[in-house]
Amino acid sequence: MDLWPHALSGFFSNQPVRTALAVSTITALVSALVGVFAVIRGQSFAGHAFSGIGAAGGSGAVLVGLQPLIGFVSMNVAAAVVMEMIGLRRARGRNLATGIVLGVSLGLSALFLSLDMTHTSRSGTTISILFGSLFTVDPSLIPAVAVIALVVAGLIAALYRPLLLTSVSSELAFVRGVPVRLVGIGYLVALALAVSLAAVTIGAILSTALLVGPAATVLHLTKRTGAALAAAAALGVASCWIGIAISYASASWSTDARGWPVSFCIVAVVFVFYLSVSYLTRLRHGFVSPHQQLVK
Amino acid sequence: MFQNFMINAFETAAIVAVVAGVVGFFTVLRGAAFPAHAIPNGAFAGAAGASLIGVSTLVGLGVFALVGAAIITRLGRRERTDVAAALTLALLLGLGDLFLSRSNEYASEVFSLLFGEILGVASYEILPTAVMGLVCIAVIAMLYRPLLLSSIAPDVAEARGISTRWMDFAFLVVLALTTTMAVPVVGAFLIFSLLIGPPAAALAITDRPSRAMALSSLIALITVWMAIVASYSTDLPVGFFVGFFSGVSYAFGRWWAMWRKRSRRAQRSTQSA
Repeated sequence: MDLWPHALSGFFSNQPVRTALAVSTITALVSALVGVFAVIRGQSFAGHAFSGIGAAGGSGAVLVGLQPLIGFVSMNVAAAVVMEMIGLRRARGRNLATGIVLGVSLGLSALFLSLDMTHTSRSGTTISILFGSLFTVDPSLIPAVAVIALVVAGLIAALYRPLLLTSVSSELAFVRGVPVRLVGIGYLVALALAVSLAAVTIGAILSTALLVGPAATVLHLTKRTGAALAAAAALGVASCWIGIAISYASASWSTDARGWPVSFCIVAVVFVFYLSVSYLTRLRHGFVSPHQQLVK
Repeated sequence: MFQNFMINAFETAAIVAVVAGVVGFFTVLRGAAFPAHAIPNGAFAGAAGASLIGVSTLVGLGVFALVGAAIITRLGRRERTDVAAALTLALLLGLGDLFLSRSNEYASEVFSLLFGEILGVASYEILPTAVMGLVCIAVIAMLYRPLLLSSIAPDVAEARGISTRWMDFAFLVVLALTTTMAVPVVGAFLIFSLLIGPPAAALAITDRPSRAMALSSLIALITVWMAIVASYSTDLPVGFFVGFFSGVSYAFGRWWAMWRKRSRRAQRSTQSA
């Protein structure tokens, strides 16, 4: 049982692997970019919810014969606006607004998916939308993926300073004349686009893992946003590549040639990074006094 | 309309609705929408794992729901709850992906665990559902005062010696129990809609805890029963109607609150004039 060199033979010349590497790299970069802000702003729930909300749009698009990506994007952008309209400033209220929109969308998904199944007899849609598989990404999606990624990056770059200020203290930003609400909507749309992109290509699980995992990991190491963004992007891309390599190699480890699913492998790598960093930083900081805990 | 399987559906739905109304009241009060989504969905992976090693789905759901609650609490010591819930959910669903790839589960079975099959509830499933529902209510009743205080004013609760962390964990355990009870019959997505929509509507209408809980159970009950009837007569999935009616009930709650505020203001202005 030779573990690595032989198992990885043909890795880079394999077409599905090359597509997977390309798509996961773009997705990981974009997810890390919006993910750092999602963690700082406490909007991880919205970030996850968009993968479920978009699924309603995606399954609806399949029903009328459109690209799922179009359904994901339009449903999510609409949801972002509704979530802001339900308003409710405090984080608690924001979670509630997200929950309401998500609940209704899941109902819509149930409707569209069951219609999809009866009309197109494609019952695998649920599983592929939820779990996704990088190895079956359609290479013709790459241009669209790249365009959305650029739009997200552009939005974040344009909003960068005011977004940072509102994330740290919305009161201070308000006093300084920053249009807090507008910046919030702008960010939510960027988040919606980024998650649509990720959910369509790599599935809902991985989109949440890549959005929150690397960002939460690096924020244990640095509080400087620029450094956190760079480190989260690097960590996300590295996790994807390692996960894809493990998944590819695992096919030759088992007797029945059923490898480990790529989503599972990447999530596992993301989590191992998170736990190690979290453990190491706790060692470095040592014992946290009860007083510090109270302040936190 | 009132064949045996419909009676089963109405009975089970009633149990689930009452429990969801009460547990959902605390979910909304504590702002725990994400854990209420993460635990049922993560537990779904347990069901996939259970079928792989040949134990009952209920055991798989229960174990994974409790493990999910424990991981969220543990990670929550260093992270905000939403980050902890996101990481936990990704981890559990990643395991679910692995289990599914190992088993030969059909897509339709996965679909029914996510969206539920309330019209397919068998008579022997009602008793376990009722027992677990009672346990949920009993735990809430036992913890009622500290749980309520820590939900509304965590600082005051902490000052009175009620550990916020323990209350968080206790509440997540109740969510895990609710999950185990509800997912086999109504599915992971539906229980989430029920835990959010009706209680949020009730809390928009009244501030008093006991009234809000009763009202939220009532709204949940009407929502599910109407959904069953609508699904039966249109042959569309129950999940769609539960999601839709939950959303409508919340919109109604918000409208009611606004309307009452306005009519009070109008009354006051006529009195002063």
